[in-house]
Amino acid sequence: MTLQFDVAAAAVQAAVDAGARYADARVMERRHEAMSARNGEVESVTQDEDAGVGVRALVGSGWGFFATPDLTEEGARRAGRAAAEVAAASARVARQAGALIDLPPVTGSWASECVVDPFTVGLTEKGDLLVHATATMREHGADIAEGLYQIWDTAKWLVSSDGHRIDQRIRECGAGIMATAIGDGETQRRSYPAARGQYGTRGWELVRQIDLEANAARIGDEARALLSAPPCPSGETTLILGDEQMALQIHESVGHAIELDRILGWEAAYAGTSWLDLAQLGDLQYGSELMNITIDPTIPGALGSFGFDDEGTPATSHDAVREGRWVGVLSGRDSAAVAGLDYAGSVRADGWARLPMVRMTNVGLEPGPHTLEEMIASTDDGIFMDTNRSWSIDDKRLNFQFGCEIGYEVKDGRLGRMLRNPTYTGIGPQFWRSMDMLSSEIVPWGTPNCGKGQPGQIGHTGHPAAPARFRNVRVGVRG
Amino acid sequence: MSGDPQAIAAELLERAVGVDAAAEIEASVDTNQVALTRFANSVIHQNVADDTTRAQLRLHRDGRTASGSTTRVDDEGIVALVERTFAAVAVAPLDPGWPGLAPPAASGDAAAVDPATATVTPQHRAEVVASFVDAVGELEAAGYCRSTHSRRALANSAGQSITSESAEIAVDGIARSTDADGVARAASGHLSDVDGGALGARAAAKALRGANPVELPPDRYEVVLEPSAVADVLMFLGWYGFNAKAVEERVSFVRIGEAQFDPAVTLVDDAPAAGEAFDADGTPTRRTTLIDAGTARSLTHDLRTAAVVGAESTGHGVGAPSFGALARHLCLVPADGGVVAEVEGPIVDATTAELVAGVERGILVSDLWYTRVLDPRTLVVTGLTRNGVWLIEGGEVVQALRNFRFTQSYAQALMPGSVRGLGRVAHAIPGDTYAATAPRWMAPAMHLASWNFTGGASG
Repeated sequence: MTLQFDVAAAAVQAAVDAGARYADARVMERRHEAMSARNGEVESVTQDEDAGVGVRALVGSGWGFFATPDLTEEGARRAGRAAAEVAAASARVARQAGALIDLPPVTGSWASECVVDPFTVGLTEKGDLLVHATATMREHGADIAEGLYQIWDTAKWLVSSDGHRIDQRIRECGAGIMATAIGDGETQRRSYPAARGQYGTRGWELVRQIDLEANAARIGDEARALLSAPPCPSGETTLILGDEQMALQIHESVGHAIELDRILGWEAAYAGTSWLDLAQLGDLQYGSELMNITIDPTIPGALGSFGFDDEGTPATSHDAVREGRWVGVLSGRDSAAVAGLDYAGSVRADGWARLPMVRMTNVGLEPGPHTLEEMIASTDDGIFMDTNRSWSIDDKRLNFQFGCEIGYEVKDGRLGRMLRNPTYTGIGPQFWRSMDMLSSEIVPWGTPNCGKGQPGQIGHTGHPAAPARFRNVRVGVRG
Repeated sequence: MSGDPQAIAAELLERAVGVDAAAEIEASVDTNQVALTRFANSVIHQNVADDTTRAQLRLHRDGRTASGSTTRVDDEGIVALVERTFAAVAVAPLDPGWPGLAPPAASGDAAAVDPATATVTPQHRAEVVASFVDAVGELEAAGYCRSTHSRRALANSAGQSITSESAEIAVDGIARSTDADGVARAASGHLSDVDGGALGARAAAKALRGANPVELPPDRYEVVLEPSAVADVLMFLGWYGFNAKAVEERVSFVRIGEAQFDPAVTLVDDAPAAGEAFDADGTPTRRTTLIDAGTARSLTHDLRTAAVVGAESTGHGVGAPSFGALARHLCLVPADGGVVAEVEGPIVDATTAELVAGVERGILVSDLWYTRVLDPRTLVVTGLTRNGVWLIEGGEVVQALRNFRFTQSYAQALMPGSVRGLGRVAHAIPGDTYAATAPRWMAPAMHLASWNFTGGASG
């Protein structure tokens, strides 16, 4: 793929010639296919393609970025010069010159594993899957039955003025179904396998493995049953969370909190900052000793996996929390330099037209010593909740309130009645410090809709997660 | 890569008609120049621009529908788009809900483009940011200045051919003191309307008066929501309440013809005022009254939702059937007689100060954050306050407060008897930055009888 490297190299050289002290360029080609079905009928089929080059230039202390779909070498050179011009304008409101941590030049190539190329599976087969699954949910009590799959095939070529020359091909795939039952004055929802489906850097084999049709009847039944279930009681109790909700808990109250750009204030006006203070890195007790969280983009098939991040840093696993102690962050070359850290590797862009920024990769739990069955058996009085329904957290990633689709009483070591509208709320570190049981049953959940940045970018992140038990949690918050 | 969207759309349509003149075919092209200068810690730290043209083809043939898009708009790219979209539609599942193409119709009176706004440079944006940063003085500033210039065209085999051009400048920033943030926002189709210095001064005034906040116990309090907070309420009303798809599927609380809201509430959607001349289906946009003096009057429709109930599209298609038809330019009509006037202190403007003066004991809220629906049918939303919240006593702002969590039905908050007053000036609040033709909200401040705060900073 010499052509794409040549285009990227032309953009970088033009930016350097225009005054950039560092520049990199990503040529990206992305295919996306999505199909949605509703109530037994296909609702939409879309097949999108885009291709372009995004150039990042550092002039003085200011970054500039310019993107164009013009993939001629002359078009790339214009983009390189434009990026340098934008960077130069940043000098009007600047600080002293920043730095990038060292990154030895890398020449490399990487591709995600893919057993069944999802673009080779016929639309008819895919449509039949969603039509049958949504029809089955309707037959089993859903007033609204929805199904969705999405596929991405992304190829990218990175060239930097430091000498990087890397190409990658990442195929991502996933699907899910959702049943909504409508009662008097409220709705209830059940989803499978997760609130937004399950996604990974895998082929169509992932969709076949989750077997939507086999679970559609149960999901429809549960949505209908929730309408007549008693409401989740209000008060403090022992809370057991399923692995899907734990993925959301990790994403919101750990993943975003350990983003170094947030900690440094770079996201203060929009996504927010973080309650974490770099002065406490290595010392702060984030959670209980059962809490071990890694930043690991090397997990095969997980949604946040890659061979190199979008600055060219090779994928490497880091600890974020070890035995409850905060020890690591998600960082990029510039933010790491500001913070005095010696590692980057968590910078990605949502396509060629967006500036690479600090994003979660795979941020997840290591296995604990228990099982879900053991947690329930050892709980006299509590509530089990699973499958995220709503999520809200403050701009420091401390105060959260999450709602789940379904809950169950836990009485005398057994699951009891189904509960509707289960919600829980808390403060991140207090909550994590109350975790006294953690399952070994890890599932690498994928989140395909993580919003961050301005202009807005959608990130794909992975979250290995397992059921866990928490003490003295406030549940049943209502409007 | 800028191109002439109308010419590209015409060529795309012609090539597709050449494959099958009997198919229903829609070609649309967007050319967007988007630039955003972002600042934090009082310096510009991210400064981006792109110039992108995207062509989209939608086909309905033999009862099946498929769509495809590409950013490659040269001959080769257009041919490839036509070929693969025809290939897709041949094997796509049946689409019995296909509503047909938009019929020929002229666009309404969309706002004209201000040439100065359409040609904003990186240097312009940096000057706006510099003014904001200078105005916050010793505090830290963060936010963005964004400029967009969008040209769109759509042509279909039913004979519709329509274009749209819009431009916007927007500033969204905060000033940060040790223990409080203050916010100021503005959006306009005219570059000259946006004053970075005035916005920075407003944000700084809020941050300074937010010092030493105390925590108040969660409870139901009377509130004055400032325009940024009201904008959040408007978005949820439009997307979850007045979206015809939500009503048809019985997940909305809205009942047309019923006085579900306080008589003070008149809500209109006005895409033409923001320069948006047509929706994703090619239907011309129009000013649409959703609530008239408290009574639900109209829903937002696209072609699909309109076909289901035998109604007419209101021009609110967004090209994503699963979302339905969305109002993206809502305006809560302010009380009569206002002019923009600054006031000293943390309150956003003089007419909001009039509302505060009428509160014996309540809370002034600058902004809402991370709001999520717990149940669409009741429109119960949870979220947090942000960027400035104060206790009001005796009609005066008396104490900065720490942020609250709330869990509140937005529908119930506006029910008859609940709205004690509206500001006399609607502020233009920029929407999110995910799309080039972003949403925009026009909102005055709103004095409400009750708001359910369910938690504080400590949990």
